[in-house]
Amino acid sequence: MIRSLLKFLLGKMLRLVVLLAAISILSFMMVKMAPIDPVQAYVGADLLKVSEAQREQIAAYWGLDQPPLAQFLTWGSAVLKGNLGTSMTFRQPVTDVIAERFLSSLALMVSAWALSGLIGFAAGAAAAMNRNTWVDRMIHWYCYTLAATPAFWLGLLLIMVFSVWLGWFPLGLGVPAGMAADQVTLGDRIYHMFLPALVLSVTGIATIALHTRQKLAEVLDSDYIIFARARGERGFGLFWRHGLRNIALPALTLQFASFSELFGGAVLAEQVFAYPGLGQATVQAGLRGDVPLLLGIVLFSTCFVFAGNMIADLLYTIIDPRIRSRDGGDPLEAG
Amino acid sequence: MTVLEIRNLSVFFSRYYNWFRKRTEACLNGLELSVGAGQLVAVIGSSGSGKSLLAHAVMGILPRNAGWSGQMLYKGELLTPQLQQRLRGRELALVPQSVSYLNPLMQVGKQVRMSGGGVRSRTELRSMFRRYGLESQVERMYPFQLSGGMMRRVLVSTATLGGAELIIADEPTSGLHAELAQETVMRFRELADEGSAVLLITHDLESVLPYADAIAVLYGGTSIEVAPAHYFSGDGTMLRHPYSRALWTALPRNEFTPPKGKPLVRPARSAAGCPYREYCESASEACRSGQIPVRRVNEGWVRCIDAT
Ligand code: SF4
Repeated sequence: MIRSLLKFLLGKMLRLVVLLAAISILSFMMVKMAPIDPVQAYVGADLLKVSEAQREQIAAYWGLDQPPLAQFLTWGSAVLKGNLGTSMTFRQPVTDVIAERFLSSLALMVSAWALSGLIGFAAGAAAAMNRNTWVDRMIHWYCYTLAATPAFWLGLLLIMVFSVWLGWFPLGLGVPAGMAADQVTLGDRIYHMFLPALVLSVTGIATIALHTRQKLAEVLDSDYIIFARARGERGFGLFWRHGLRNIALPALTLQFASFSELFGGAVLAEQVFAYPGLGQATVQAGLRGDVPLLLGIVLFSTCFVFAGNMIADLLYTIIDPRIRSRDGGDPLEAG
Repeated sequence: MTVLEIRNLSVFFSRYYNWFRKRTEACLNGLELSVGAGQLVAVIGSSGSGKSLLAHAVMGILPRNAGWSGQMLYKGELLTPQLQQRLRGRELALVPQSVSYLNPLMQVGKQVRMSGGGVRSRTELRSMFRRYGLESQVERMYPFQLSGGMMRRVLVSTATLGGAELIIADEPTSGLHAELAQETVMRFRELADEGSAVLLITHDLESVLPYADAIAVLYGGTSIEVAPAHYFSGDGTMLRHPYSRALWTALPRNEFTPPKGKPLVRPARSAAGCPYREYCESASEACRSGQIPVRRVNEGWVRCIDAT
């Protein structure tokens, strides 16, 4: 069991390294091909006041006068030493930017993730238990509509209704504008996070709800539910042992595998709500040709998504004895 | 002692044809049957003739859109949903037909122990597994890890664990080769000899004949004849119903002539008359209308006008 787990992890790590290398090369090429002049982006609107000599100085300072390959190699060897470089946009080490931004994104993503998981699971279970009734039909309709709704559009809509018209929620930002950082309360943060988290959770709900509905309906129609009833099992115990247990873990697995959608959604949602998270930093880095930051975020998000998928894979092997035994692992020893 | 008596049992489904119109379809129609303690009664019917519904109706686990009418008596007591719930997994046991009746994600032992609404002790399970030649590590296996023969023994064992007095086996021999089928039917014979009443539902007349006390023949959703097993012998003249005789002669060891016409799996459109009349050589005008009465003959009964 331990040995197969080690083998599993080692294989995954190897794959991650290859993936990271390929992704850095690709992203680097893409940034270099983009029609953005990083020096200009760095200087911003004051371009006219900057002389040609200053421009060259800036370029030299950031290493932008080197040929692309040399730039990449410099960056790459620094990364291998654990140094992701300095962000041109924030003028801070990339690791600091990511750490700070990720923390506020994390709050957003975790709440959206939990929210979509819970709501989706509950909706799916409700639909399955009332299948082919109006409850089921409503939930289906709702899911398909949600799945077809672009998150940024929904975000704009919510801002319009709840922030502009009703004035219930702030227009954006992660904290009240103009307030010193140490005065911001947890309540403020939650208050500011509410709408973005809602928008971010919405896309996830449909997937998990439809999946849960499908699986639970299969279970409820299955022969083993009939036989369990024939053996005298009933009520919540029956539902728990054969229904929920058989579908809860697959649903959780699906949730972990959805990290990439979560991250992609965060980029859009944060942009719409001007929420100072990692997603927003990504957009800024892209627009300004901030290569170190962009690559840093790309590497980080790859690891993030990869971790989600790995957890999903691990869960799969734990849930399903069939997969476990194929991998040569022993079925759980505990009875 | 009669353990189970079924009188005039009909099972029907309601289906929606469009948003508003609901139609009910009968699957079993006026079925009569009884089984006593220590008896093994085989219910023979072609596949899809609603045999499983009979089992599910007695157990009280019909699907939600199904209903039933008629009377079922358990030891003389009317079998109500409450009584069924109380008896299930205890005095009343179902032996299902295939591995799909076990939860694929749960260890076999855990599932078998979960009967009668409570959890049986591990020692109880172990001694019962031993009786069926199942080693103790089978308890911790998952359904997909069992071989066909082991699977069958595990399923049969579920009936024994609760000390059931009425055991209903639904197609327990389907998909088994002859030898394994024999072994399985023998186990039910054993259970009957120990005093249980066993209702063995199958399409396989041949493998149950040597072990059954009586055979009930289903046709068109109803029981058309109940006869002692030894009536199925020789040229079948002891059998009263033309369809029973046709079944007997269709066996490979006899003339091997298949019964006339395709087997009727559902009750005929109009419930009136004999379901077999289209294929029966002795059919007369009287066979076309009304309900054909049950006629007691010697040790069994038959539902045929022509029978003497
Ligand atoms: S009732 Fe009539 S049709 Fe039916 S089996 Fe008897 S003789 Fe044939």
